[in-house]
Amino acid sequence: MTATEMQPSGTAVRQPILQARNLVKTFGRVVGLDGVSLDLYPGEVLAVIGDNGAGKSTLIKCLTGAEVPDSGELKVSGQAVHFKRPQDARAHGIETVYQNLAVSPALDVASNLFLGREERLAGPLGKLFRVLDTKGMRRKAKEELTRLGISTLQDVTVPVENLSGGQRQAVAVARAAAFGSKVVVLDEPTAALGVRESNQVLQLVRDLRDRGLPVILISHNMPHVFDVADRIHVQRLGKCAATITPQSHSMTDAVAIMTGAATA
Amino acid sequence: MAQQQTAGPPATGHADLAGEFLDRQTPLSRIRNILHRYPALSPAIVLLVAVVVFGLLNDRFLRFENLSLITQQVSVVGTLAIAQTLIILTAGIDLSVGAVMILSSMVVAQLAVGSGIPGPLALLAGLVVGLGAGALNGFLVTRFKLPPFIVTLGTLNIFIAVTLLYSGGSTVRGSSMPGLLTWTGSTFPLGPVRISTGVIMMLLLYGAVAFILGKTAWGRHVYAVGDDKEAARLAGIPVNRVLMSVYLAAGAVLAMGAWLQIGRTNAASPNAGVDLNLDSITAVVIGGTSLFGGRGSVWGSLLGALIVGVFRNGLSLAGLDVLYQTLAVGVLIILAVSIDQWIRKVKS
Repeated sequence: MTATEMQPSGTAVRQPILQARNLVKTFGRVVGLDGVSLDLYPGEVLAVIGDNGAGKSTLIKCLTGAEVPDSGELKVSGQAVHFKRPQDARAHGIETVYQNLAVSPALDVASNLFLGREERLAGPLGKLFRVLDTKGMRRKAKEELTRLGISTLQDVTVPVENLSGGQRQAVAVARAAAFGSKVVVLDEPTAALGVRESNQVLQLVRDLRDRGLPVILISHNMPHVFDVADRIHVQRLGKCAATITPQSHSMTDAVAIMTGAATA
Repeated sequence: MAQQQTAGPPATGHADLAGEFLDRQTPLSRIRNILHRYPALSPAIVLLVAVVVFGLLNDRFLRFENLSLITQQVSVVGTLAIAQTLIILTAGIDLSVGAVMILSSMVVAQLAVGSGIPGPLALLAGLVVGLGAGALNGFLVTRFKLPPFIVTLGTLNIFIAVTLLYSGGSTVRGSSMPGLLTWTGSTFPLGPVRISTGVIMMLLLYGAVAFILGKTAWGRHVYAVGDDKEAARLAGIPVNRVLMSVYLAAGAVLAMGAWLQIGRTNAASPNAGVDLNLDSITAVVIGGTSLFGGRGSVWGSLLGALIVGVFRNGLSLAGLDVLYQTLAVGVLIILAVSIDQWIRKVKS
């Protein structure tokens, strides 16, 4: 990462992978988003912080198709898109790890990794009888976990409900990383985790970035944000209060902007 | 049960899972983990114990004719239990299965006898009735977001009324029907024992549904939807489409049940099958499928239906009043659900 890449706003050469312009979303009389813009550049971790009710979740939901914004534009690699469902965002290579993880507790690790996009056997068994390629999916799940350096999950046939919080998070992140070709969005990935498990997840975030996948990270945890983020989007009262970097601002500054005690 | 358990296959190849629980691994929790992993295991043990006990109590119990009779007695409720399992796996419940089956059987019989329509076509009409009823239930559950319990409580009454209105309350005798309709009640010799065609059909249906649930993406989605609907939606599974297809599939299975019912009772009666709605739920619950959805197997429901059949048959052979059979079934249900709750604690 060079210094110019850290602050891409100065250079117009690089095209954002994900671009949001003036997103507005209201729920009845409550304004969730009041004209928010956001750029995500290749190979960066963009953190989104903000107090409760600042519009973090609404922003993320609009970016990932879980909510449809009332107005505003969304572009993926410069191409205008309109997401109506999470599947639409996924089709454009945007994978999301939701705070509640969206894993199916009774299904095993491999089934969860491939949930919603199962692979069938080649040949007549798969084509005619639509038989799943369970072995193949297990093998691929194992490969993906190894590739991501997730060593805590050796057995992909264990039901997810038997896993610890960190391991479940790893499953959800691995699923996003395995299928997210352009962007991975993580919503509060360390909220429910202990110190060691949080560090593992943060390392995963760095690994994803180093593989070229840009990451949007929503978090309440300032040390975690300042640890991994390249840029920080501060959301306040439905608007983007500032976009800062860990180099230009301290944690105290960030909290001050978040709460309205200071401006960037 | 505990003694039986140790004889079961140990969960080999899951060393790290064992490690996960190493710090609180007591014999009891080990049993619980195994039962949790193989949901059909506990009903299988209960069935085995019941067969052995009733066999010891009465010599006639283990005779081939008696065992064959039990399978015939459970063939209809066993088939309905397939439909019920599919719906309960999605965390739903269907109170109308028996009513749908009776409506379908009345349509088949009336068309074949009253209107003189050929047997295959009449059966096809019965299938349409089953699919239509499933579509109505599925539509109300997915579009109006009504709880399946309420939806099927409503349609239960509707289907019963429609059946009585349509049939005028009269029974159609099997002797007046085309042979195809009562063919499911026919038996053929297999070695020393006579097997009923209906039982074979039920078993084939179990095999087919077990295959689909276990080996196809659709089956996995059924489990995922029942396990955590929101997680399934976020994972990109079209939840409503899966639910709708489950109710349609259940409807098709119920139409099949209608054919078996006509053969088994050698008649189509609008007043039959009132108990079947709840009996099918009993079979599924005793079979270890969780009423909370996402957990269980269709084979468990077959075991559940057989357990009820074995208890009823065994108790009556032991000379006990029929009321004790009902009492025993009630105790079994509460026992089965208690075990299910206990097993579910494994997630901690």
